[in-house]
Amino acid sequence: MKNLIIKTLMIASTLGLIWYAHHNMDPYPLSILNNIGIFVILALSYNLINGVTGQFSLEPNGFVAIGAYMTAIFLIPTETKIDMYALVDPAPIILEMQANFLPALLAGGLASTFIAFMISVPVFRVRGDYLAIVTLGFGFIIKIFAMNTPAYTNGAMGLNDIPDYANFLWIGTIGLVTFVAMINIINSRFGRAMKAIRDDEDAATAMGVNTYWIKTLAFMTSAFFEGVGGGLLASFISTIAPDQFTFLLTFQLLIIIVLGGLGSMTGTLVATILVMGGMEWLRFLDSNMNIFGYDTGAHPGMRMVVFAMLLITMMLFARKGLFGDRELTDIIKSRFKRRKS
Amino acid sequence: MSSTSLAIKNITMQFGGIKAIDDLSFDVQDNQIYGLIGPNGAGKTTIFNIITGNYKPTSGDVEFQQETITETKPNLVVQKGIARTFQNIRLFKSMSVLDNILIGFHNHTSYSYLEAIFRFPRYFWQEKRIKDEAMMILDEFDLRKFADKKATDLSYGDQRKVEIARAIATKPSLLLLDEPAAGMNPSETEDLSNVIHKIKKDFDLTVLLIEHDMKFVNNMCDMVTVLDYGEKIFEGKPADAIVNEKVITAYLGDFTHA
Repeated sequence: MKNLIIKTLMIASTLGLIWYAHHNMDPYPLSILNNIGIFVILALSYNLINGVTGQFSLEPNGFVAIGAYMTAIFLIPTETKIDMYALVDPAPIILEMQANFLPALLAGGLASTFIAFMISVPVFRVRGDYLAIVTLGFGFIIKIFAMNTPAYTNGAMGLNDIPDYANFLWIGTIGLVTFVAMINIINSRFGRAMKAIRDDEDAATAMGVNTYWIKTLAFMTSAFFEGVGGGLLASFISTIAPDQFTFLLTFQLLIIIVLGGLGSMTGTLVATILVMGGMEWLRFLDSNMNIFGYDTGAHPGMRMVVFAMLLITMMLFARKGLFGDRELTDIIKSRFKRRKS
Repeated sequence: MSSTSLAIKNITMQFGGIKAIDDLSFDVQDNQIYGLIGPNGAGKTTIFNIITGNYKPTSGDVEFQQETITETKPNLVVQKGIARTFQNIRLFKSMSVLDNILIGFHNHTSYSYLEAIFRFPRYFWQEKRIKDEAMMILDEFDLRKFADKKATDLSYGDQRKVEIARAIATKPSLLLLDEPAAGMNPSETEDLSNVIHKIKKDFDLTVLLIEHDMKFVNNMCDMVTVLDYGEKIFEGKPADAIVNEKVITAYLGDFTHA
């Protein structure tokens, strides 16, 4: 009961903070915060399949793309679409698709979930490195598909003028929902089964776990939130093109979840803030600097060098990521216990 | 007269040209402790993998409580009431002892995925129920004090007990133990045989075990089958097995021509 009250208070205060930030922060820091928020959603859901279930998959860019395109198509008004599709006329169904923001986001998420369900059959016939290759291929296919079906996706030109409904109230709240959903999944029989599969798949089967179904469940959940995150991304930056959804996006998410600790949701949260925030906060390194009266001159790209060095240093000292596979609360608890005894 | 729990019927298993098991049959009666012994490579673990559905035998059938389970998938075999342990301990390394046991209850909780995400009351009721039951099982093995410890931080003997406890959590009627006493010192072995006798009584189990330690087998088993190169060379009381000429030859080699 005490726990429930604490949790409710935490959720309420987070919502309060989101509301405050939305109304009182300057546009630039708020846009960084929005970016972090979207990547929190993407990284948390990626962590569910990669970290918690231990299935090394490399496809989130595909699911993000599906969600982004789906949401964008639902949001862009019909007249704008007719003007925008320059290469070929849009397919009639594209013109028909119209929805409000929340249904559009859900449509993006559900489309990703459906695709995830379809591809889980071939994907989970293989394990380990082979799984990585199969899912990597899927990510490529989605991108190539977006390039080559101009009647639906407007090809390489992408979609512009997506209404920017995605403000920090939306992004923050959905981020919080994602986090709570992930924590709730992990602390249920499904989450335990996922972790069991990560540790030893054969032993999990010997405990009566239908490993194929649990992996598919994790994959679909991950796809859903990646789709929703993709929708938010589309609406937030208001323009999307196939080039945004390359392997680099997956790679960025991979860095985040490995840095945070595979399987740790709070770790992912902290790592997203460090990685996405760090990229922005280190911008001063790109401009002119004055060190002890010596002008270094401007070195664009310097921040990436420093950023990479910081990442390497962090991984050297925290081999299993910042939090390992534990949550922040576990770490605090064990510290507290050690002090008492 | 007790009824048959597990019946192995004319099982043959071929891997390519190698016959790992050759026309093997034996019956395990309810509430027996049945031993499966034999030198390394005799096909003992292969039999376990056939019973649990990991391997499909080349020919022959496995019957459990008068029901054919030869083609059943491993996770469904568990639901029918057959639980196993592994030769090399395979605990869930990153999880606590309690969580390791809770995995065993996977099919004894019924709340759905959405009920878990939205935390319906059923989630809380069932989680509380299985946690209480898991604690009772831990008490049975005298492991309650380790409940929150990481499973791999325990001693070898205790890890073995956790693995058996985890199997018990699936609520089996037949327990398959693959070399439970391997790598244990004499006091741990004695402790283990007490535990197995105790759980057999408390949970009303039939036990089929693979073992090398003849003293352990002698203490534990009501019946044994001795395998050599996939063939049954002896079936009967363990006391008779250790004086049987064929069994001695299989284990120690043939001295008559020396």
